[in-house]
Amino acid sequence: MSRPTYAELARVVRDHAGRLAASLVHLVGDFAAAEDLVADAVEAALTHWPVEGIPDRPDAWLYTVARRRGLDQLRRDNRHRQKLALLPWPVEPRPDDRLRLVFTCCHPALPRSAQIALTLRVVCGLTTAQIARAFLVSESTVGQRITRAKRKISDAGIPYRIPSADELGDRVAEVLAVIYLLFNEGYLSTGDQQAHARDLAEEAEFLATLLHTLMPTEPEVAGLLALIRLHRARAAARFDDRDGIVPLPRQDRSRWDHDAIAAAGRLLARAAAQKRPGPYQLQAAIVACHAEAPRWEDTDWPQILVLYDMLLHLAPSPVTRLHRAVALRYVAGPAAALAEVDALRDDLAGYHLLHATRAELLRDLGDATGARAADERALALTANPAERSLLRQRLDWT
Amino acid sequence: MKYVLMFVETEQFAADLAAMDEPEQERAYARVRQWFADHHDKITHHTHLMPPDTATTLRLDRGEPLISDGPFVEGKEIVSGFAEIDVADLDEALRIARSWPACPVVEIRPIAA
Repeated sequence: MSRPTYAELARVVRDHAGRLAASLVHLVGDFAAAEDLVADAVEAALTHWPVEGIPDRPDAWLYTVARRRGLDQLRRDNRHRQKLALLPWPVEPRPDDRLRLVFTCCHPALPRSAQIALTLRVVCGLTTAQIARAFLVSESTVGQRITRAKRKISDAGIPYRIPSADELGDRVAEVLAVIYLLFNEGYLSTGDQQAHARDLAEEAEFLATLLHTLMPTEPEVAGLLALIRLHRARAAARFDDRDGIVPLPRQDRSRWDHDAIAAAGRLLARAAAQKRPGPYQLQAAIVACHAEAPRWEDTDWPQILVLYDMLLHLAPSPVTRLHRAVALRYVAGPAAALAEVDALRDDLAGYHLLHATRAELLRDLGDATGARAADERALALTANPAERSLLRQRLDWT
Repeated sequence: MKYVLMFVETEQFAADLAAMDEPEQERAYARVRQWFADHHDKITHHTHLMPPDTATTLRLDRGEPLISDGPFVEGKEIVSGFAEIDVADLDEALRIARSWPACPVVEIRPIAA
């Protein structure tokens, strides 16, 4: 067997760890115990597979390790042990089990940081070390978050079940918020800075795909999946050879994945046909306007402006108003856009994109000094290397 | 599982209640009675407390027992009552708490087994 790449390892673990966790939680009836077994099996896989190669049946391998450890660890708990001895093979969780798993990990009684860590570990099969690396926090911090969350699940009686119809909307929104946050966290990293790390944008797409498969009639789930796919379809053109960000107007659109863009557009159209609009569908529609324009000059700004107005109506936020102001610049001119941006200066004083946007508008209006000051302010407020290099370039060249 | 719902009043809530005329107050109390009636099969025990200015606090960790007037924490948000419920899980506890018609904060705490 040849040595697997990190991407292959990640894909195989992701495909199987969550399935196994879902089956085990159902069978053992104890979320924390089941989660420990799967995490152990994943750790073992990541020790063996890079050397020995990925086995022909990775699911069987993980299952065997988890079951053996379980029988060993649970020997004092006869009830769990007997259930584990009955674990059927092959592992075929009921489709609902994986959904239950997601809803438990993203329960609103858990803090967001714990929802994220648990979802990545339990549903996507990341190790504590991989989660820590992705979020630039220590392993012990992630470990504590997971331990505390598992204790709360058991002590506070957080259920392992699909929410009832009247709470489903809120609970789906909670899961989507976790996936969206993961996606945003992963979207700006270039990938090769962290070749060994798991790609959070990919985990986000995996989770959104899983959720869409399990809840095909939820339009906001489809909306978020379309949003993620539309962004990822353009990923190849977003960075230059030196990992610098290429702004949208200068991106080489022939490098976009136009098949993926068309497919995401169809997914979004099917969701929209249900006539239950929501923030993710609207954001995806905005990104689709950009993705479907053959050239930057062809962008349908009036349509984008309408979509932003709808988005602000459903989910008012200063950041969305800032994005709307950018669209307004192409519909009503830079002066109108600047007035909008200036109205947000109190709300978004610490947000680097407010200052970067102001800089662009001031430059359009011929105020080079004001623009430089705003770019410097933006530079002081972001730590992201790709964004910093873009802002530096602007300060150097303008 | 058993949980205690702790009902927490805010200054704003107390002021709003005090500003109501008598029929309005009566309607507010009726909503609370209705809530207890709706969930009577899940509620195993409940208590409404007198206001915090009736509280007396005793400290036992400073040598001699120390008696003082008032609640042990002076806060703008104060616990004004408890209900113990017996339900399947946290989601059911949340569902019951969500329909609580009076003070604006409810803390849900599992009871130690």
